[in-house]
Amino acid sequence: MSAPKMTMAQAINTALRDAIAEDDSVVVFGEDVAQLGGVFRVTDGLHQEFGESRVFDTPLAESGIVGMAVGMAMNGMRPVVEMQFDAFAYPAFEQIVSHVAKLGNRTRGKVRLPIVIRIPYAGGIGGVEHHCDSSEAYYAHTPGLTVVAPATNADAYGLLRAAIAGSDPVVFLEPKKHYFAKEEVDVSVPVPPIGRAVVRRPGRDATLIAYGPSVPVALAAAEQAATEGRDLGVVDLRSIVPFDDETVCAEVRRTGRAVVVAEAPGFASVASEIAARVGERCFHHLEAPVRRVTGFDVPYPPPKLEHHFLPGVDRILDAVDTLQWEDEVA
Amino acid sequence: MSAGQLKAAITPARLLDETGRLVRGAPAPDAEALAEGYRKLVFARRLNEQCGALVRQGRLAVYPSSRGQEACQVACASVLAEGDWLFPTYRDTAAIAARGVDPVEVLTLLRGDWHCGYDPNEHKVAPQATPLATQLLHAVGVAHAARLKGEDTVVMALCGDGATSEGDFHEACNFAAVFRAPVVFFVQNNKYAISVPLARQSVAPSLAVKAIGYGMPGFRVDGNDLPALEKVLGEAVARARAGEGPTLVEADTYRIESHTNADDATRYRADDEVTEWLPRDPLLRVRTYLTAVGALDDDREKKIAAAAEEMAAAVRAGVGAETVADPEDLFAHVYSTPTPQLAEQRATLRAELELEEA
Ligand SMILES: Cc1ncc(C[n+]2csc(CCOP(=O)(O)OP(=O)(O)O)c2C)c(N)n1
Ligand SMILES: [Mg+2]
Repeated sequence: MSAPKMTMAQAINTALRDAIAEDDSVVVFGEDVAQLGGVFRVTDGLHQEFGESRVFDTPLAESGIVGMAVGMAMNGMRPVVEMQFDAFAYPAFEQIVSHVAKLGNRTRGKVRLPIVIRIPYAGGIGGVEHHCDSSEAYYAHTPGLTVVAPATNADAYGLLRAAIAGSDPVVFLEPKKHYFAKEEVDVSVPVPPIGRAVVRRPGRDATLIAYGPSVPVALAAAEQAATEGRDLGVVDLRSIVPFDDETVCAEVRRTGRAVVVAEAPGFASVASEIAARVGERCFHHLEAPVRRVTGFDVPYPPPKLEHHFLPGVDRILDAVDTLQWEDEVA
Repeated sequence: MSAGQLKAAITPARLLDETGRLVRGAPAPDAEALAEGYRKLVFARRLNEQCGALVRQGRLAVYPSSRGQEACQVACASVLAEGDWLFPTYRDTAAIAARGVDPVEVLTLLRGDWHCGYDPNEHKVAPQATPLATQLLHAVGVAHAARLKGEDTVVMALCGDGATSEGDFHEACNFAAVFRAPVVFFVQNNKYAISVPLARQSVAPSLAVKAIGYGMPGFRVDGNDLPALEKVLGEAVARARAGEGPTLVEADTYRIESHTNADDATRYRADDEVTEWLPRDPLLRVRTYLTAVGALDDDREKKIAAAAEEMAAAVRAGVGAETVADPEDLFAHVYSTPTPQLAEQRATLRAELELEEA
């Protein structure tokens, strides 16, 4: 029997519902998450089902939301907070960077903060300014934060459950362009833990490394390459921090070629970190330098220009073409 | 602080009641000036309707309507002098148009062509701010700089009821008060921040009353009463210009439509509530009053409607015109001089596009 189909919004909703039902200390709060069920309907029905003490709207202040989550976590709760959009999390940056990320270290582990900060992120939805940022590098650069970016609906469920159950703070980046795409999700099948990447497609010739919204793009590129006689594999990182060097490097050592795909501007990015790590660890196995296919180093474009910005199949395949293939070396 | 000041910050000031009658003891407004105000209200309403239609036709990505708030939109622009500044939000398209910016240029943002379609310096109108309350500090900065330069500029800074919960709102009020900056903070309290009702933003007796804590005057005014708004905002502007510092003005109004077309207000508020506000319509009472005092007849009403239609047609034509967004714009404005890396990336995109065309 096949599992029920659900959207990523529904998968996350189910994860929240199951977590709230299972653990009295889980509370969900943010802007428009209660009566409305979130602007993306991710928290739909939770307030009605669990009541005001478990799922509630706050005054409109992101720093307030995250700061209060810190205190609630210090007092034994597991807050799961929503930032309405990527760029609207910035008022909370101070709390995230100075406290959420550091309180555990500051207190030699005496105070742990099991907080999940859910952020709808990245583009591809024709959103106007401030609604499409890929902000992962800010968080990934901050020691103390776990940074997760699911690409499948099953992972969205499983990784969120793990994030809520864990003892450290997690920035949970939800690729918003996936919110309404349906996939089969069997919530009873466990997914690999946070920190483990997954090979979504094995390949002989080169490895595409991606996370979040770029995974389906990488898979589409591999699909296209296959029709042109090139066998590309795809690794889905699932979590940016912790980073799974082992899985990534095992794949790259097998193929000898790698392209990192990510939507964020490439300069000083997560993609750059991945390329550097792979270069350091797989140097003797590489046939060509690791390439990055990323957004340009510009602010996220207005809707009518975003297709020029987003890494697509063609740009990925162009990068693959430059990986110094023997048959092309004169 | 006197009892009178406290009352002014809590009880909404009014000149025209819902039935279009002057409240007892209120001075009669100048009928010609009010008729001009009425024309602007009709334009603002027509613009809201036109933008709604353009969204339904897929010409605009999204539109946050100020229907029901037109008196606020008109008043905040009409009390400003030419050199003054306006700091609007995404909801204030009609206010920017009332300030004199071509609505088609304003709609560049919502059409998805570029982040801002008008020149802020030319019109003294800042780009529409989306990150809530952040623009209020910029307004304070423009005002403080004007003082330092010896200019008598006044800055009108707009935000919603929800935005008053952000830290930046507090910081802006405090900075303005401490520096006696010539700013008027104008909060359009339309009772909702998307789905979240006012009661979840604040349990203070009003939003204007917060001014007292910063050491500046605060006034609450009927936000659907154009003459009252123009009086209160006008006096605040005059005080600021005279070097007497900032004022916080709260308009008691209501968001008649959903947050944007993408929102479904039936999920969080009863239709009855909306219906209750309809008789308080800002256009209706001015019209009734002007008609009663003989300053508005059918002929003038028709002329105003025809001019509003003309404006709407121009908006339709302008927004409907096919535009080609230039991909090279992506790189042109990030720095005053593009970095070598950006020049390289521009060349990459250019080569890709040439290949596509070939
Ligand atoms: C910092 C920030 N957080 C969240 C949002 C998302 N958002 C856009 S409008 C809005 C509600 C704002 O309500 P209010 O200030 O009352 O203004 P209104 O929309 O009613 O005019 C929210 C939460 C945002 N734009 N900026
Ligand atoms: Mg509001």
